[in-house]
Amino acid sequence: MRVVHHPILGDLPKVRQVKIWVDGKEITAHKGEPIAAAIAAAGIKIHRYTTKREEPRGVFCGIGQCTDCVMIVNGVPNVRTCITPVTEGITVETQHGAGRGGR
Amino acid sequence: MREVDLAVVGAGPAGLTAAIEGAKRGCRTVVLDMNPRPGGQLIKQIHRFFGSREHRAGTRGIEIADSLFHEAASAGVEVMVEAEVYAIHDSTLEVVAQTNEDSLVLLSEEATTSRSRPLSIAARRIILATGGAENALNFAGWTLPGVMGAGAAQTMINLWRVLPGKKILMVGAGNVGLIISYQLIQAGGEMVAVIEATSRIGGYGVHAAKISRAGVPILTSHTIISASGESRVERAVIAKVDASWRIVSGSEQELEVDTICIAVGLHPNARLASLAECELCYSPSLGGWVPIHNSRMETTISGIYIAGDLSGVEEASTALEEGRLAGICAAASLGKERAGDYDDIKAIEGRLLGLRSGPFCQHRQDAKQELIGIGEAQCPKQ
Amino acid sequence: MSQAIESPSYPSQQELRNAPGYPSQKRLEKGPVVVIECIEEIPCNPCEQACPQHAITIGEPITNCPHLDEDKCIGCELCVSQCPGLAIFLIDLTHSQGSASVAFPHEYLPLPGKGQTVRAVNRAGEPICSATVVRVQNPKTNGQTPVVTVAVPRKYATEVRGILRPGR
Repeated sequence: MRVVHHPILGDLPKVRQVKIWVDGKEITAHKGEPIAAAIAAAGIKIHRYTTKREEPRGVFCGIGQCTDCVMIVNGVPNVRTCITPVTEGITVETQHGAGRGGR
Repeated sequence: MREVDLAVVGAGPAGLTAAIEGAKRGCRTVVLDMNPRPGGQLIKQIHRFFGSREHRAGTRGIEIADSLFHEAASAGVEVMVEAEVYAIHDSTLEVVAQTNEDSLVLLSEEATTSRSRPLSIAARRIILATGGAENALNFAGWTLPGVMGAGAAQTMINLWRVLPGKKILMVGAGNVGLIISYQLIQAGGEMVAVIEATSRIGGYGVHAAKISRAGVPILTSHTIISASGESRVERAVIAKVDASWRIVSGSEQELEVDTICIAVGLHPNARLASLAECELCYSPSLGGWVPIHNSRMETTISGIYIAGDLSGVEEASTALEEGRLAGICAAASLGKERAGDYDDIKAIEGRLLGLRSGPFCQHRQDAKQELIGIGEAQCPKQ
Repeated sequence: MSQAIESPSYPSQQELRNAPGYPSQKRLEKGPVVVIECIEEIPCNPCEQACPQHAITIGEPITNCPHLDEDKCIGCELCVSQCPGLAIFLIDLTHSQGSASVAFPHEYLPLPGKGQTVRAVNRAGEPICSATVVRVQNPKTNGQTPVVTVAVPRKYATEVRGILRPGR
């Protein structure tokens, strides 16, 4: 959910929108925001499933330190979505395990 | 290889002030930061800071960040974002970073490409200002999506303007937990409760009073037992703890929440310092393992300085001061001194002493004193 | 949640009255005056500089609690929006026959409108009485901290510290 009105920060400024593809679904994102913010705004919480127990994981630290939020971006696995900005047309996939087909 | 006088890692309050002081003294200075925007955690601090006029108290962190960008730009500091430093070769103080094609920016628009390239910089002095990292907390369900650092939630709402959940439980009633609870309410979230395992609120009473009158219950002597839900947080179970930290049986209660924020302290983000073979020591008051440094902020590795939360988890106001101190001292070690440096250093030290006094902060002054004492013995002599 | 709060999240009346930032009952009866609910020794002093009357003193060290010179305070309200802890309130027991006014910082949206009837809350966030919005001040100098003034029955003036936000 976007925070549109804010008592301190004011209204959400108009920014250029970009389209990204998340697990085959088109999502509208704001230029310059990280992938994690774009997919959180779309209500998506699960970024990946762990290798051994296949447990879901989401954002934990939000600033690039913990690697919990990694996903497959443009075919590249283990991309930290919290510090990787969206760009027009990128594909983002939920990552399973190490994200290279095998586990 | 690119050559600079001063390479600063981290563009938060400490890194930026260090770079500013270095550049003002004629050092060719570059700041590297892995995030898409400079400013560190300042750019999500929408509350007014405490402190004195010298620390721009009463000013919001976001405004302090803006004025630092301005100051850095006019001092000629170059800031690279999306530039992650992953190695420091100590023999020549070579900084190796992974950067994006267009990540060279001078405090302007964010980088736009994602083509990575490695970059090596030969620096005569390095200042590490890599900040702190949030501590995790282990309980049943702690890895479920929806359990996140309080700082992560703050980044989401104030920087990216996305509310991570609607009904939120905050674990930890230190200043971070209290302030971020307030900001989550401001962003439109509902704070179901703030819980705190110790018997008293750790943060400032004024922050607690703020969220209390907003209707948020602050439950001391309470801990989280579990988070559960179908692939995401749907509820939490909390319970009372007694004086020996045992769960009081029968006191469990279930809360319907979709987000659980963890605010149980931070630790110095010392990975890069450790990689550079700076010696660390353990200081509970400063948040854990912290690089040993002397009064000039130099570590046990000659030429590598530190500042800010990396040198002990404190506040942005102390980071701003320590950064300036590190910048002045690093420049001085290159012979780039300025008339008045001595007075500036004394003034900074005086302000740091003020920030580290009082019942909330004196323990940090003591810990810092101890750390510097070790540093004076172990760090290279000037 | 109905769970009783075990350790209070806000200062008691006793603690407040013992603090150097709390005016005497005699001064309160005289008319508008600030109440500084800052009782811990924290390193902070913007209130000192915010007061054009020099009625608030912190001095050295910066961790001193703010001291209010109640005779110098003219109730101008300038300090209310400048306290980083949002801990300063303006009370006017002489607002009108039977009612007092309480001004407090209110950094939430939507802002209430002048004349609007709202529910006033105490320090625990519990609604305790009905209130009428007298004023909503948010000039640039407030730096995004609007100050809302409500009129409440006189007996609630020392209890009311905010209003119920819509949707709560």
